Amino acid sequence: MSNTNKSLENNSNISNRSVYSSRNIWTGILFGLGLVGFIDEVVFHQLLHWHHFYDKSTTDIGLVSDGLFHAFSWFATIASSFLLADLHRKQAYWFKRWLAGVFLGGGAFQLYDGTIQHKLMELHQIRYVDNVYVYDLIWNFLAIVMIIIGATLIIRTRSRQQHGKTVAHESQ
Amino acid sequence: MNHNNHSNSVGTNLNQVAEIAPQLLLALPFILALILYIFAVIISNRHHKQWPLSRTVYWVSGVLLAVISVAGPLANRAHIDFTAHMLGHLLLGMLAPLLMVLAAPMTLVLRTIRITLARRLTRVLRSWLSRMFTHPIVTSVLNIGGLWLLYTTNLYSLMHESTVLNFIVHFHVFMAGYLFTVSMIYIDPILHRISFLYRSIVLIIALAGHGILSKYIYTHPPAGIPLEQANQGSMIMYYGGDIIDIIIIFILCLQWFRATKPRRGLALGQEIEQR
Repeated sequence: MSNTNKSLENNSNISNRSVYSSRNIWTGILFGLGLVGFIDEVVFHQLLHWHHFYDKSTTDIGLVSDGLFHAFSWFATIASSFLLADLHRKQAYWFKRWLAGVFLGGGAFQLYDGTIQHKLMELHQIRYVDNVYVYDLIWNFLAIVMIIIGATLIIRTRSRQQHGKTVAHESQ
Repeated sequence: MNHNNHSNSVGTNLNQVAEIAPQLLLALPFILALILYIFAVIISNRHHKQWPLSRTVYWVSGVLLAVISVAGPLANRAHIDFTAHMLGHLLLGMLAPLLMVLAAPMTLVLRTIRITLARRLTRVLRSWLSRMFTHPIVTSVLNIGGLWLLYTTNLYSLMHESTVLNFIVHFHVFMAGYLFTVSMIYIDPILHRISFLYRSIVLIIALAGHGILSKYIYTHPPAGIPLEQANQGSMIMYYGGDIIDIIIIFILCLQWFRATKPRRGLALGQEIEQR
């Protein structure tokens, strides 16, 4: 009896997970974006003081971009936490899909921040030192690695989605 | 001689009055609102179930913060110190309105007044005027647009010269902040509801407008403000705004989470089936 119960539960979980498969990714993307924005603010602005609140070379469009992304990442962090709770509530939470989104969203934001905002719009530099390009390289390299991890996780979970059985063993 | 003396003392008295009167005038509506709210709580508690204490606490603290920002030492300092001005602005335009919205004053009014009056009031709430002033885009423009006008034109320095203008600006900052909060999180009954996604998008753009303005002030201070004060004021506006924004975003998301709760019947059915 308890076995059938478990398989029933698993079945509903699997079907919910595939129904909300892309919702898991989007929830992760929003969370990753917010997380990177939060780390940027807390670690690089407040703790290390590497980033400056305002750089005189900032272009107007840089100011607008920074404002929009700051507001959006603030919102995304909170909203994605509620979306995650909603997925749990619907028994549709899929950790690997969600994690893929976190890497993808975090990596994409970090790459945008590291290339367009820091370099093109000259918002502020990563650190005010002579050979800042070393920091830029590491920053953007990490961003690309995060995007690759995210994409790989999506591809791997997509192939598993087709063989439902593997997923059934994994859940619970 | 006597006459001369007399007019002198009247003059100094008048000066003092002229200094205090505008502050009193600004604080008066808030104190009145406080008295009316408590009065309404006492009256309506006789006929209905107990009005939640937390709401009364929200209202009292909201009113106190608003009064602190328009009258007394902080308001006095705000005339000469931009940092103090910004702190006062944060209290008057963001925190006090948020607390007062959480106190659900319209709900209290509707349950306190007679039913025929309440019906008439509901009709007013349903009107196009009320719809317009609780629309998120309108309130965002009033709120954030008003701030841009205040800090990027010479309105800020004019405000310190004219008592009337000073009064209008402060009144506007509070009302715009209140309507903005009302249009984003639905605590009181609101008859023209707008979807969560719509409100979220407008909220993000409005917050961005607030953030961009605060960084703009960092290097473009209003006329007559020393750069150092502008820098401090800018950062207070930026980070202080962020902290209060978190509360608004959290409440908006929580309301979404509750509103989209799956139907209980379905979940119950599943549970029974599993047993």
